[in-house]
Order: sequence, then structure tokens, then C-alpha cells
Amino acid sequence: MKTLARDSKDMTEDKKLIVNDFSIHVATVNGSGSQSSNTVLLRSIFQMGIPVSGKNLFPSNIMGLPTWFTIRVNKDGYIARKKEVDILVAMNPQTAVEDIKDLRPGAVCVSPVELNLDKIRDDVKHYVVPFGELANKASDNVKLKKLLTNIIYVGVVAELLDIDQKEIDKAIERQFEGKAKAIDLNVRAATIGREWARENLKKEDPYRVERLDLTKGKIIIDGNGAAAIGCMLAGVSVVTWYPITPSSSLCEQLIDYLEKYRLDKETGKRTFSVVQAEDELAAVGMALGAGWSGCRSMTSTSGPGISLMSEFAGFGYFTEIPTVIFDVQRVGPSTGLPTRTSQGDLMSTYFLSHGDTKHVLLLPSSVEECYEFAMKAFDLAERMQTPVFVLSDLDLGMNQWMSDPFVYPTTPLDRGKVLSKEDLEKLGGFARYKDVDGDGMTYRTLPGTAHPKAGYFVRGSGHNENAAYSERPEDYLYLMDRLKRKWENAKKLVPAPVIDHNKDAKIGILAFGSTHWAILETRDQLMKEKLPTSYCRVRALPFTQSIPDFIEAHEQVYVVEQNRDGQMLDLLRMEFPHLTAKLRSVRHYNGLPVDADFVTEHILEQERNAR
Amino acid sequence: MVQEVTSPSPAGKAPQTNKLGLTLADYKGSPSTLCDGCGHDAITSQIIKAFWELSIEPHQVAKLSGIGCSSKTPAYFLSRSHGFNSVHGRMPSVATGAHMANHKLYMVGVSGDGDTASIGLGQFGHLIRRNVPMIYIVENNGVYGLTKGQFSATADVGSTLKDGTVNRQTAIDLCGLAIELGCGFVARSFAGDPKQLVALIKAALAHEGTALLDVISPCVTFNNHEGSTKSYKHAKEVDRPLHELGFIPFYEQITVDYEPGTVQDVEMHDGSHLRLKKLGLDYNPTDRFAADRAIHQSHKDGTLLTGLLYIDQETPSFTKLANLVDKPLSSLTPNELRPPKEALDEIMASLT
Repeated sequence: MKTLARDSKDMTEDKKLIVNDFSIHVATVNGSGSQSSNTVLLRSIFQMGIPVSGKNLFPSNIMGLPTWFTIRVNKDGYIARKKEVDILVAMNPQTAVEDIKDLRPGAVCVSPVELNLDKIRDDVKHYVVPFGELANKASDNVKLKKLLTNIIYVGVVAELLDIDQKEIDKAIERQFEGKAKAIDLNVRAATIGREWARENLKKEDPYRVERLDLTKGKIIIDGNGAAAIGCMLAGVSVVTWYPITPSSSLCEQLIDYLEKYRLDKETGKRTFSVVQAEDELAAVGMALGAGWSGCRSMTSTSGPGISLMSEFAGFGYFTEIPTVIFDVQRVGPSTGLPTRTSQGDLMSTYFLSHGDTKHVLLLPSSVEECYEFAMKAFDLAERMQTPVFVLSDLDLGMNQWMSDPFVYPTTPLDRGKVLSKEDLEKLGGFARYKDVDGDGMTYRTLPGTAHPKAGYFVRGSGHNENAAYSERPEDYLYLMDRLKRKWENAKKLVPAPVIDHNKDAKIGILAFGSTHWAILETRDQLMKEKLPTSYCRVRALPFTQSIPDFIEAHEQVYVVEQNRDGQMLDLLRMEFPHLTAKLRSVRHYNGLPVDADFVTEHILEQERNAR
Repeated sequence: MVQEVTSPSPAGKAPQTNKLGLTLADYKGSPSTLCDGCGHDAITSQIIKAFWELSIEPHQVAKLSGIGCSSKTPAYFLSRSHGFNSVHGRMPSVATGAHMANHKLYMVGVSGDGDTASIGLGQFGHLIRRNVPMIYIVENNGVYGLTKGQFSATADVGSTLKDGTVNRQTAIDLCGLAIELGCGFVARSFAGDPKQLVALIKAALAHEGTALLDVISPCVTFNNHEGSTKSYKHAKEVDRPLHELGFIPFYEQITVDYEPGTVQDVEMHDGSHLRLKKLGLDYNPTDRFAADRAIHQSHKDGTLLTGLLYIDQETPSFTKLANLVDKPLSSLTPNELRPPKEALDEIMASLT
């Protein structure tokens, strides 16, 4: 069969070693237990001090459909998705033919002997392994054999790449913590794979790992877990949620943490309350009820849930009730690709609900920011008395990221303007929606405050500054203009963009969220092409002044984002129409995390066309 | 559940102030803007009376509603309490959240048949399933009043609109549904029977869990005509009270003033007593099957069965299952809210 090959001798003559810079792509069937094996592989490399990232590409299904796990090993610390696969572990018969066809010449393929993949491509370095036989050695139990096949490929890959067996053992111990029997079985199976490979395979590819010292003290965590820790340290007390991929693991991890760290020391009773709601409408309704009643409350969801929350989002904005809503974005519209990543909710969430509504959005790029912005979101929500949205995405939320350990917060909780019984005794009363301080942010009381003047009436209908029903034009204007003023003041409170201004650069790149990681790599790639760039990473909406300033300071600014219509681009055009001519767009929206090559190629192409 | 009070009860009947020294006027709200003669205003009066007579601190009450004529009424009672007029059909979720944040609040939710039986049926069901402690009053008139008289899902088969349109679709019986869903306090009443209503509201306040009061509350403007099964006239004609109700709060002496076998006494969790004086029918509200049967029979007979249809105090409330600290979560201090640095260190160590 004809292949896309370079000459196969290229491969054999290419003796140059490639150390700590490649990607491993493991294709398996979902529900087969490969997740733990892949984690072991990832962690063992991480434990050798080498920067890694792991991305799980999985179907919306529980058992039997194809799934892929990609591990990127990179000495320079690039952790965005790498487009090219260097080493394929083709364990899934359903996809093996497609998987191998996608390989570039010279890549490596580890596969079970029965699949006959070496007959399909001869420009790929094949390592054919009798996994079935090896599994027979590992166990007599039919069910276990299937599971152990996964850890056997870990052993084979470990031998090929020279991953320290001690680190494999350690990672297995960690993965199956406390289950001595499982640890034993897995260590034995990994060793069977490794020993077979040592005796039977001749190493004929350039990929190796070598111990580095770049991961010491670092953690590996997913963005949802990071956000969960942030929520707990923010003092969240009411969590109401409805399961939806890819956000479920945020609340699930949060509940686990709360069960451990938010129990009363004396009584063992909970200082938090959780409800798995009947739907997203109820989840956000409960969160608002709790926010009104004086607790830090939150919910997490994804696109379809955000759509359902629309009515309550406008209600929360108009009645000024704090709560925090996490949107771990996936691909829409509709059910879309529920297990693929996107930045497609930016526009709809910003204006979520009918009438004149504009929300505050935080846009974390890293697991560290998922943690920090979770805390920030609660402070902002209570300071501004409004629902605050945190837009993460599947790539950030569910994949494994390396990070520095999180720093314990140094600032106290900002509970905003709440009047106590004592305050009311001094003041003699209050007007719920009167702009006393001129910042658009008014004072509230909590239900249960023991003062005859504490009560007020929350209503989604028109109201005056005393919270009384009103349809008077001047009352409505006062309210809407004050809400606008409050929103303008959010610009002083939200995380400012991170700007790297390169004095030699004529062009700038503007991005947000998980796109950041590809941009870091793109900028280095462009620098090699003698195209220096500046970079503005937007971290929140509304836009702060430094963003138009950044655009102004460059000839062109490439807005890079992961949606079809250029939603960030549109928002920039809308708010800064005079800068429209400077803006260019790079959009990646196939459901996979954006990679640096894609961005670099598109920028270079547009640069060429512009000349 | 009724508030402990210190000041002694003034001697004599109908005191001008309650045990807290508050007058009935202290429990009122803004003037009603509903139509003259609206059943909802009659219910509002009994809510005011019940809270006043039981000397409940107004600031300890949260009143919530959805959207519709009925949902406007929380503005007309307990002006010292916090109020929450939410979105259509979603009051139960807001109430649940408010309760999670402060489980010490007395919560009274007012909804209508449109708000509950149509757009809000899902949240109504799940509130009951969770058994969130609150009184849930449905001011049931069989029509959408605020949008000018369309049928609601509780309109009976054969009932007509003002223009003669006949309803052919099955009515949803919220009491029957609530019993099916496991509600531990299910009552039906009529806005024209204030004595029964006030006793039921008081008993509902003493119940630990969701208490449903489905109150037939005629819409004088859109559904009070000949042909309507929810008019004052019709409801009066077919009203069949199951029993005569008396509520004795826990702080009052119980006196025996009835013939043995004529009264069923239900002791509530807080020590209050609900007395059901039999009226002809031999009805036991603790028998779930009997309650279900009686409701179905009343549909067949075209009667309106009012009173306490069903009571079960054994199902644990949402609060009990939540296993919360005693003080409201909303009153936790920053130190109680934010775990110490050691917690973060421990988590970080587990991730390296």
C-alpha cells in the first residue's frame, strides 16, 4: 500500500536522539480501565522531573467507544496540545487503522500483534507486542486480564522510553493507594510488559526520557479540582448543582473537600449544605436563595445549563443577589460535542437573560487561576451583589495540568455591604437600593436580622430605592443607570489583563482562557520566524482600559479564541469600534484544544496575505 | 418550632398585643392591590392572624412567592419580614436555598395554581421530595388571573370560562399529588372558611417539613360565574369539612372538654396539638391510603373535601438529613468559613 512516507531509510539513518520532547497518544476503548494506566504513565514521567501534560479525549459514553489519552513530554515546559503524535499506542481495534493513518512518517507505533498494523504502514516504526499472551501470564482471571493489558503497555512504553521502573512502581502505588492486592497485580503486570520488551524489542526510534529537575515541588491537578479548592477557601457554604459534563467533577471534588475540611470540630456536623438539584433552573434558584439569605453560594454547569439559567441570571442581576456560577464550557450549540472543549459561551453568558443585562465574567487560563478566580469570584459577587460567572472549559477543567502549588490567600473574605442589627439601630433604617456611596453598590440586610426595619422585598419587577414596587419611569431609570454605574466600577475590581509588551513588536496577540498555553508556544515559534509579538491575556469582562490601550499600541492585534464566530473579537469591536481595523482573528473550533502550530500558521498566513 | 416568648400572655380573650407585645397591625403589609373580594385577600388575613396569634418574631420569617396574583400577596402581610417575589414557578428552589443558608427561618411560600401546577410542577415536586420545612400555600382559583382568565391545570373537567369555553382536560389535584410524593402535611381549605384556614396555617407552622395548603380561593373577576367549579357559590355548596379543627400551641394548657371518641388529637413535634373534632365522617388523616381514597371519592362525588387530609410526622426533614451545625450557615464567622493553611498544605502535598 502506498503511504505518505518519507523514505523509510530516513528513519533508520536518523540516529539523533530526541530527549524529553515528544507526545504519546494512547488509543483505548472507554470503560476499559485505561485511565488509571495512563495516569501512571503520566505521573512516572512527572516524577522524573520532566514537564508533562495529559489530555483525555473521551466520548460521551460510559463503555465501548473510542477514547484517546495524550501525554505531552516537553523539557521547555510547553504544555499545550501538540498536534503531531510521536508515539502511538494503538490498543483499540475500532480506531487502529484510522489512528495509524494519521501518523506522520517516522513516528512510533506500539500495537497488539493481532491488529497487523505493521501491514498498513511501513514508514512507521512498529513495536508489535503479544499483549494477550502477556496478560495470560499476569492473571488467570478473564476480567482482570483485560484491565491488566493496560498496565502492560505502560511497562512496554516505560522500557522503550527508559522510564525508571521505580517511578512506575511509585505511581502505581499512588494510583491504587491502600489497595495492596491491586498494587501487587499492577506492578507485576507492568514488569511483565517491561521484561518482554527488553528481551524482544530492538529499540529503533529516537525518543527517550532523561531525568530532569523541573517538576520538583510542582503539583498535577485538573482545573475543576483547582476551582473546588478555591471555592472551599472562599468559604462557600451552599453548593447546588446539576450533573453535566464537563463540570460535574468541580462540585464532586468540592463536596469531597468540604466533607473533610468543613465539619465542626466539636460536633462533627457540617458547616455547609449541598443539594444535587432537579435541574439547572433549580440549582441556580437555590444558589440565589442562599445568596440572598447570606451565604456564599455557588453552582457549576456547562453551556446547556447556562441557557437554562438565563431567566434567573437576569433576576439575580436586577435584584442584586450575589452568587457564583462556574461554566465549564463544552462544544455547542445544543448538546453539541459534550466531551469536547470550546470557548463558545463567552457572548451568551456576558449578556445572559432578557432586557439590558451585562454580567461580570472571570476568565481563568490556568489551574492556578481556577483556584484564585474562584476566591475572587465570591468576593466580587458579594461586593457587587450580583451573580459572577467564571468561564473555564473542558480542556482546563478536566485535563491534567502541572502547576506550582497554590498559595494560601492573604486577603480576608470581602462580604460586601451588609448592615447588621447594630448598624440599623444607629441608622434607624435603610433604603435597599439607594446609592449611598455613589459607586452603584448599595447596602443590604440578611433575613433573620433582628430589627423591625431590616426587612425588605426582593422583586424581579420594577422597584424604587426602597425596594417597593414601582413602574415610574424615573425609578426605572435610576435603577438601570445605577446598575450600569456599578458594572462600570467592576472594571476596577476584576483581575486586570496580563500584558507582555514587546517594544520590537508591531503585532500583538490577544487571547483568554485555556488558549493561553498555545499562545506561549506560538510566540516562541513566531520569534523564530522573526516576528516578535506582544501579548495581552484578557482575564475578565468588562474590559479594562489597558485593553484598548494595548490594541492602540500595535499595528495589528490577532484575537485568538476557540469558537467559530470570533466572540471575543465581536465584543472588542462592539466596545472599541474605532479599533476595528486593527483587529484580526484566529479561530479554532473543532472541539480539540487549540495547538500552537495552528495559531502560528494562521498568523503567518495572514501576515503573508497582508503584505 | 414556635418561638419561645418571655412576656406573659395578657389575660382575657382576643388580646390587643401578642406575647411579643406586637399588635395585629405589626403583622400586616402594604394594602392589597388585588380585586375587591379576591379570595387571596381572605387568605392573607388568616396568615397575618396565625403569625400574630402564635407570637412569631416577624424578622424570623421569610415569605416567598413565584409569579401571578397569588404571588403578589407576600407584599400584603408581615411587612417586617424579608420577602422574595421570585420568577414564575421557581419559588421552591429559592426557598430551598434560603433555608440552606438559614434553617432557623420560618418560611411561608405563596403560590397559585398556574405557578405550581403548570410551570412550577417540577420544583413543587422536588421541594416535597426533599421535605424542606416551609408552609406552601397554593391559592387555587383554576384560572390565570393576571393574564386575564385562561384555564389553569387545576380547572375541573367541565368547568367553563366566562366566555363559555369548557375545560376538557383532567385537573391536577395538588393534594393527591403531594401525598403521592411523600408530603407529610397535606391540607385543603377554602378562603371562605377562615376558622379552618387559620388552624391549618398554625398547624402547618408546627410541622417539621413541607406543609401543603391547597386553598380554594375564588377569582372574583375571571372565575366566579355560573359554570365555574371554583366560584364562591359552588365551593360553599360542595364544601365538605372533614372535621372541626382546633390548634393548641405548645405553651398553652390542654383542657379536656370533649366526649371521648369524638376528637382525634395529633401531637406535633414542638408539643403543639391539633384537635380534629369529627363531623359525621369517620376520617383518619394518618392513613395514607384512606386519604388517597377520600380524595378520589370526592372527585367522583363532585365535592370539596377540606381539612387536614394527611399527616405523617415520621419522614425526616431536609434539615435533619443535612446534618448541619445548629447556628445558621449565614452566621458563620470567617474563621469557620475558610479552612486553615494546614488544610491547603495537606491538599497540595497530596497532589505533588
